[in-house]
Amino acid sequence: MSKENPFIAVIDYGAGNIRNVMKAIKYVGLPAKLTKDPIEILSADGLVIPGVGAYKAAMDKINERQLLVPIQKAANNGTPILGVCLGMQLLFDSSTEFGETTGFGLIPGKVVTLPQNTKFKVPQMSWNQNNVAIENALTQGIKDEFTYFVHSYYVKTDAQYIAASVDYGVQVPSIVIKDNIIGAQFHPEKSGEIGLRVWQAFANMISDKAVNV
Amino acid sequence: MMALAKRIVPALDVKNGRVVKGINFLNLQDIGDPVDTAIAYQNAGADELVFLDISATLEGRKTMVEMIERVSSAVFIPLTAGGGVTDLASIRAIIQAGADKVFLNSAAVANPDIIRQGAEVFGSQAIVGAIDSKWDDKLKMNRVYVSGGTKATNLETISWAKKMVQYGAGELLVTSMNTDGTQNGYDVALYQALTQAVNVPVVASGGAGKKSDFVNVFKSGHVDAALAASVFHYGKIAIPDLKESLYHEGLVIRL
Repeated sequence: MSKENPFIAVIDYGAGNIRNVMKAIKYVGLPAKLTKDPIEILSADGLVIPGVGAYKAAMDKINERQLLVPIQKAANNGTPILGVCLGMQLLFDSSTEFGETTGFGLIPGKVVTLPQNTKFKVPQMSWNQNNVAIENALTQGIKDEFTYFVHSYYVKTDAQYIAASVDYGVQVPSIVIKDNIIGAQFHPEKSGEIGLRVWQAFANMISDKAVNV
Repeated sequence: MMALAKRIVPALDVKNGRVVKGINFLNLQDIGDPVDTAIAYQNAGADELVFLDISATLEGRKTMVEMIERVSSAVFIPLTAGGGVTDLASIRAIIQAGADKVFLNSAAVANPDIIRQGAEVFGSQAIVGAIDSKWDDKLKMNRVYVSGGTKATNLETISWAKKMVQYGAGELLVTSMNTDGTQNGYDVALYQALTQAVNVPVVASGGAGKKSDFVNVFKSGHVDAALAASVFHYGKIAIPDLKESLYHEGLVIRL
């Protein structure tokens, strides 16, 4: 059975930068729908968790809108999920940003602050070069390429989930993957042609999956 | 290897939603559609674009917000916008239209708290402190100017830069009025002092005329980014060629 019109649900939890994410998804040719409706989240062919802002405020909003359970269910159903920047950090167990905050728990790991008072300015705010550890459709387009980062926290997780990383005094995971759960610490919607490759690869995953159902 | 790239940033002057370049204040030459211009710069390898709104009217500023909306639907690199931004509502409108950062200049001198407000709502990474600076030979100091460089203040550039960072600016965009328009090179001494004084990224502006000017401001001025307008707009320097040269100078550059 093939599904005619795959669509991506972009989770609406009041984060900034949502519209730029929508624009990029539209640019690579997939319909994107900004939503906080649990039914829509569960019926979507792919989920995007956008993100600019603070971890705790984001989780508070997600809990208030009761979005965590539908996101976790979609994850268990095998729906491809892409978290961007803060949205990637939310995929993990917890963050120490403003005290300990529990995240989605979809990938084991913890979000901690970048080391302060080093020669590396915080936030990291520029283009940094990716080292790809696990080559696949998502990472082949960013191998040795620069992508655009804006963040003060980073993910500490097991090496098996780190598909790509950048060096910022510490190893900063830039793409994490666990089965159907994907995170990008950089902003693929702000990384020029290279970033659009990531959106395209994610769109392809969804189209392929929709066709093979 | 640490590989945070040095950024090359073309600046576009915008009036009533159209890109213009001031040859001088009286004679503006329209060089084209903002979306086409931005796409061309993205494809040439610009790491970021800065839009300076020089519209004198409220209507003109609204047009710039619409322009940002259109540009950010077709161009996927960081966008910074400002010029005449005086309140949180304008910052919000520009960011919601698709800009990643907003720069504040005169309004921050009049009311530094606008920086704090902006940083609190949108994060420090979204608020850029912009400074127009000119060496004052009598006072023997770099002096901050406002209102498009027409009015001197009593602020000294380095201490004002530090203050902007304390208020929450996540980056500084500093134009040296001594070198601006001369095409004789950036004010390297100013950027040396600035980059020693603050721990946020510094963008140099004013004076780019040849490729070696960029090399100097990165290597000796230690800035994170270099902004230029005329040399790019009129094709005196091609960005791919510039970036190739900087790369061969040993700088970390996104090619």
